[in-house]
Amino acid sequence: MACKKQSVPFSGTKEQEMELKETIARLRDTKGCLMPIMQKAQEIYGYLPIEVQTMISDETGIPLEKIYGVSTFYAQFALQPKGKYQISVCLGTACYVKGSGEIFKKLEELLGITNGECTPDGKFSLDSCRCVGACGLAPVMMINDEVYGRLTPDQIPAILAKYQ
Amino acid sequence: MYRSHVLVCGGTGCTSSGSQKIMEKLKEELEKQGLSDEVAVVQTGCHGLCALGPIMIVYPDASFYSMVKEEDIPEIVSEHLLKGRVVKRLLYQETVTPAGVKALIDTDFYKKQHRIALRNCGIINPEVIEEYIGTGGYQALGKVLTEMTPDDVIQVLLDSGLRGRGGGGFPTGLKWKLAKQNDADQKYVCCNADEGDPGAFMDRSILEGDPHAVLEAMAIAGYAIGASQGYIYVRAEYPIAVQRLKIAIDQAREMELLGKDIFGTGFNFDIDLRLGAGAFVCGEETALMTSIEGNRGEPRPRPPFPAQKGLFGKPTILNNVETYANIPQIILNGPEWFASMGTEKSKGTKVFALGGKIHNTGLVEIPMGTTLREVIEEIGGGIPGGKKFKAAQTGGPSGGCIPAEHFDIPIDYDNLISIGSMMGSGGLIVMDETDCMVDIAKFFLEFTVEESCGKCTPCRIGTKRMLEILTKITKGQATMEDLDKLEDLCYYIKENSACGLGQTAPNPVLSTLRYFRSEYEAHIKEKRCPAGVCKALLSYHIDPDKCKGCTLCARSCPNNAISGTVRNPHMIDQEKCIKCGACMEKCKFGAIYKQ
Repeated sequence: MACKKQSVPFSGTKEQEMELKETIARLRDTKGCLMPIMQKAQEIYGYLPIEVQTMISDETGIPLEKIYGVSTFYAQFALQPKGKYQISVCLGTACYVKGSGEIFKKLEELLGITNGECTPDGKFSLDSCRCVGACGLAPVMMINDEVYGRLTPDQIPAILAKYQ
Repeated sequence: MYRSHVLVCGGTGCTSSGSQKIMEKLKEELEKQGLSDEVAVVQTGCHGLCALGPIMIVYPDASFYSMVKEEDIPEIVSEHLLKGRVVKRLLYQETVTPAGVKALIDTDFYKKQHRIALRNCGIINPEVIEEYIGTGGYQALGKVLTEMTPDDVIQVLLDSGLRGRGGGGFPTGLKWKLAKQNDADQKYVCCNADEGDPGAFMDRSILEGDPHAVLEAMAIAGYAIGASQGYIYVRAEYPIAVQRLKIAIDQAREMELLGKDIFGTGFNFDIDLRLGAGAFVCGEETALMTSIEGNRGEPRPRPPFPAQKGLFGKPTILNNVETYANIPQIILNGPEWFASMGTEKSKGTKVFALGGKIHNTGLVEIPMGTTLREVIEEIGGGIPGGKKFKAAQTGGPSGGCIPAEHFDIPIDYDNLISIGSMMGSGGLIVMDETDCMVDIAKFFLEFTVEESCGKCTPCRIGTKRMLEILTKITKGQATMEDLDKLEDLCYYIKENSACGLGQTAPNPVLSTLRYFRSEYEAHIKEKRCPAGVCKALLSYHIDPDKCKGCTLCARSCPNNAISGTVRNPHMIDQEKCIKCGACMEKCKFGAIYKQ
């Protein structure tokens, strides 16, 4: 599991809080509503800082420790904000045997961050993921929604430069 | 009426290689050349040949354009769609023969396939319910509700011999029968679409290409066991599949094929989506249910089995996407039809996601009993670069490696288990001589260590210890005692873990130990990685006979580890070398080798 300690101060807006409360009111009575609420909350805020988890707890009556337990169990929930450009490198089997490990190392080296981290300027965050399903293009990485396939480590600097 | 239909693949593989842009460009170009009323553009699901994406098929002649680029579109439109002259240069070259253009179905990739679960994938537009109905969709549900009793439905499934396609291979009919026997005020039908096995994308392609088949089968299941509510637990990482499922559910509700009083028979059934949040263990049935309930996705002890106490404590059945996709066809064509395909104990077909070191990466559906050789050499087109086949990995982190000596084994559930692997959900990754089997085992262990939920000790701590030993081996620091300890640990974890994840986690190690023990021993005794993968055991050398002294390598070395003068052979200082391989890439004379 990646480090999930919180380091950036929380800066939520009133609108975001309203939207979250509406979501909770709509979903509260569905069976097993916690995860859908948390997924929506992450959509609103981009991540799930403890302040947001506390709001969910206050509104639903679900104990905070349970919410924290769920948020740290699943890879999808982030306790730290993501970068403006989210890079995820596929480390699924098909990509791995085609050298995605080298791609990942190159990115770590160039960005100076490792799995689950964000660059200090908030620009790039780096994650590994398991199979985006584009095995035909292996090795694959995604920057936000853009997919880059058939990669070699020496292409990485030029690709990053596009986002600088 | 349109005189021609152009199908553009909108599966994840082709979308990733830019099929959306191709489609926009195509529409724009048709408009420009005044053909919009004559030629229809249809977005379909996956055709299977993902390595050749983006893919485009022009009907009625079924010309198959592969790796289409935006700049090719004007030519295809003006030549093929306007003047009727196929642009042979841009076709999938295997379909071009001296005698003319061959149908796709006759190419090596498709010839041996038999599509049941993938029947509609790449053929219909998954976002239009009428297209599914047009190919016989929802007829099976109609037949079940109006002509059959729940027991009849279960009997048909039992007779068909259908077994769970998620990997375990439990007879589907029996699962339904057990859930039907348990009386309760509420029962549930769940669909496992949390395809977490890295390198597998069968279920995703079905959901993207034919989502209604799954909805229809779930409604049939609801009728058979007496449930009125279904849940599909799908990975959030599959945005296209999620989107198409949402559209499909809305359309089915609108047509009253889901909801209250379906077909006027008084049968009620509805389906909700739940998004998984990236935990591999949630593919395990009890963990999946715990997760739908809104908890950490930890497995529960069995018994009680889900058929007795499943989701929210009620009797529940859980089947995988591919299993469901077979069911409407079994109902319509009869159990004998289904049972006529496959081997004695494994009936029907299986979808595999071919990946790794193989020409035709993509999705294939083959009758059970097809040999690995047929899949890899004929359908898959063999291994690129003239390399030698080493092993095929099936079953992902729960499965094992199949070596060349079992190349001719017919693929079915029982055969794969007998050689130490398993069917799994259908990932099939091909490895060649440049893949190190210890490194592959380590790769899977890294995966399980990360994904172990931590509830039971053998899995949480045991897999971690296994990974440590494997890391030692790949660094050349292990002893033969470590290897014995590793093997003991494997058996201990297998026997004592609480759920399927832990019980199968040692399989990648056990199967590579079984077939490639000498490779482990080479790492330990000779401090050598025969495949040349494990960095700590590699060293780079310069062949003095081949080196021309061009100094290119010395200049490219980031650590100044290479010395030598112009026109004299160079040397690598092993102390300084960081094994980055930059020199080897630069050398024009092939004088640098690693060992």
